[in-house]
Amino acid sequence: MSFYNEYLEFKNIDFSTFFSKVKKSDILRAIDKDGLDKYDFLALLSPSAEGLLETMAQRAHSLTTRHFGKAILLYTPMYLSNHCVNKCSYCGFNTSNDIYRKKLSLKEIEEEAKTISSSGLRHILILTGESKKASPISYILDAIKILKKYFDSISIEIYPLTEEEYREVITAGVDSVTIYQEVYYEDIYDRIHISGPKKNYRFRLDAPERACSAKMRGVNIGSLLGLWDWRKEAFFIGLHAEYLQSKYPDVEISISLPRLRPHTGSFDEIYPVDNKALVQIMLALRLFLPRAGITISTREEESFRDNLIPLGVTKMSAGVSTEVGGHSSKTKSDNQFEISDKRSVEDIKKMLLSKGYQPVLKDWMHI
Amino acid sequence: MDKLSIGGKLLDSRLLIGTGKFPNKSIIPRVIESSESKVITMALRRVDLNSQEENILDYIPKDCILLPNTSGARNAKEAVRIARLAKAMGCGNWIKIEVISDNKYLLPDNYETAKATEVLAKEGFIVLPYMSPDLMAAKSLVDAGAAAVMPLGAPIGTNRGLQTKELIRILIDEINLPIIVDAGIGKPSQAAEAMEMGAKAVLVNTAIATAGNPVEMARAFSLSVKAGRMAYLAKAGAQRQYAEASSPLTGFLND
Repeated sequence: MSFYNEYLEFKNIDFSTFFSKVKKSDILRAIDKDGLDKYDFLALLSPSAEGLLETMAQRAHSLTTRHFGKAILLYTPMYLSNHCVNKCSYCGFNTSNDIYRKKLSLKEIEEEAKTISSSGLRHILILTGESKKASPISYILDAIKILKKYFDSISIEIYPLTEEEYREVITAGVDSVTIYQEVYYEDIYDRIHISGPKKNYRFRLDAPERACSAKMRGVNIGSLLGLWDWRKEAFFIGLHAEYLQSKYPDVEISISLPRLRPHTGSFDEIYPVDNKALVQIMLALRLFLPRAGITISTREEESFRDNLIPLGVTKMSAGVSTEVGGHSSKTKSDNQFEISDKRSVEDIKKMLLSKGYQPVLKDWMHI
Repeated sequence: MDKLSIGGKLLDSRLLIGTGKFPNKSIIPRVIESSESKVITMALRRVDLNSQEENILDYIPKDCILLPNTSGARNAKEAVRIARLAKAMGCGNWIKIEVISDNKYLLPDNYETAKATEVLAKEGFIVLPYMSPDLMAAKSLVDAGAAAVMPLGAPIGTNRGLQTKELIRILIDEINLPIIVDAGIGKPSQAAEAMEMGAKAVLVNTAIATAGNPVEMARAFSLSVKAGRMAYLAKAGAQRQYAEASSPLTGFLND
């Protein structure tokens, strides 16, 4: 069994007919209900639900407060290497882009770790491009050894691994994994992943499940919003999260909602996702999956990000650089994408406190 | 009010409070003060001894008993490791065992909880296990050396009150350890209800932490727990479904 079967089951449903039949009363019922089914969730993603965003927001806020309290976990990404063998039309690290490539030495990783941990952050997310030559598992394992000295929680956002490899990184000290499908719709996936190992849709789609199976503590999924019709895309993100949550109840499943950002290259097949759409996606996901974590990254603008907080956010990145060596090094690589929210950890902490939220800098430890 | 005895300590307050979910840590000392609580639980996963500003322990008055919990443990082995870390970090030898391998409903795993309780009690910990109210599981916790038993009133964070009331009542009647209702209590009236039933104490976090005014809500809970305990000790009059019959069915016995 794989989520792929569920994808196949739902990919051909007639979304537009379904949406055209959704009534206001269906949406109100879904908002009030405990334990929404898949079609309640889809109704919340419909155009008809746009008129009820405020009601959805009130419910989402109360569910989030009840389950997570008024607390937001902060973390920051550390880019280890931007060498990449994949040719993905929407990404700045695309192998055919002529950018400055860099890979941190172990000494540089330690420098970055020192700089980041001095800000008080205890959760780190490490990222690499996909290159078994520049950033093989052995390199990741060496990095983890160093990072363990500075951080209480280490997450990885790297290429998909085998279950055995997930076990290896868990033993080394990794507790969570972030992996985005980028786009669930297989035809588009195939078209925009022009070449490289990432072209293998199934290997990537099943990666979160392999991580769960390997007993990863947290698994964070998502897709790059803007690559396909967002209503359908959001539907599949929710279904995927629900599939994992039900099958692996011991794993903390969370969802990220990254929107496509400007980057090096000239990709123009963008399906627009405006602010209102992003809000609707977040609210629908919160109502469908009350206990799932929701992450919002610095891709979003400051004020918009601040306004999203009470709607269901549980995790935020802070003090972000998407360049390799961006936290401490004098020679930084080119970035993966441009960030919008450039605030420091201190500034984000202040903002959260002023909004009545506790910034949480540590929520795990190596045991 | 009569004192509560747990693990060889006599406690003035029968309200235990949690420290998660508050909008900021600086409010915690005032909440503790107005709650009059003497046992404070905190997730060890959130304790950062290396940070002056972020260290939750600095916000807890020194005369309170620290009750670190094993939040995040998915099995007995992880709970035991977290408990030992707590002791090594200087949090004392009280531990609230929380073993949850179900992130959807956050229901505790009674079997793994009993295993962890046994190991830790033998190591000298004062163990307060959080559990789903089940008589046989509670008995195994007694055998494992628990200092109290903490059944949930409703799933954690739901504020739904004593949904498991009948099962908790059985534990109160049958288990010879303090029964502390943990999780689910959303309002002071529900805390009072648990105490009237004979629970020895209650643990509250979400209902206080997410209240509009946590300090006042802590005080309300403190009062309701006292009221409930007094009512229990005062022995409420029996409830009757029918009024005294004017033509009694057994009247002929007196003829």
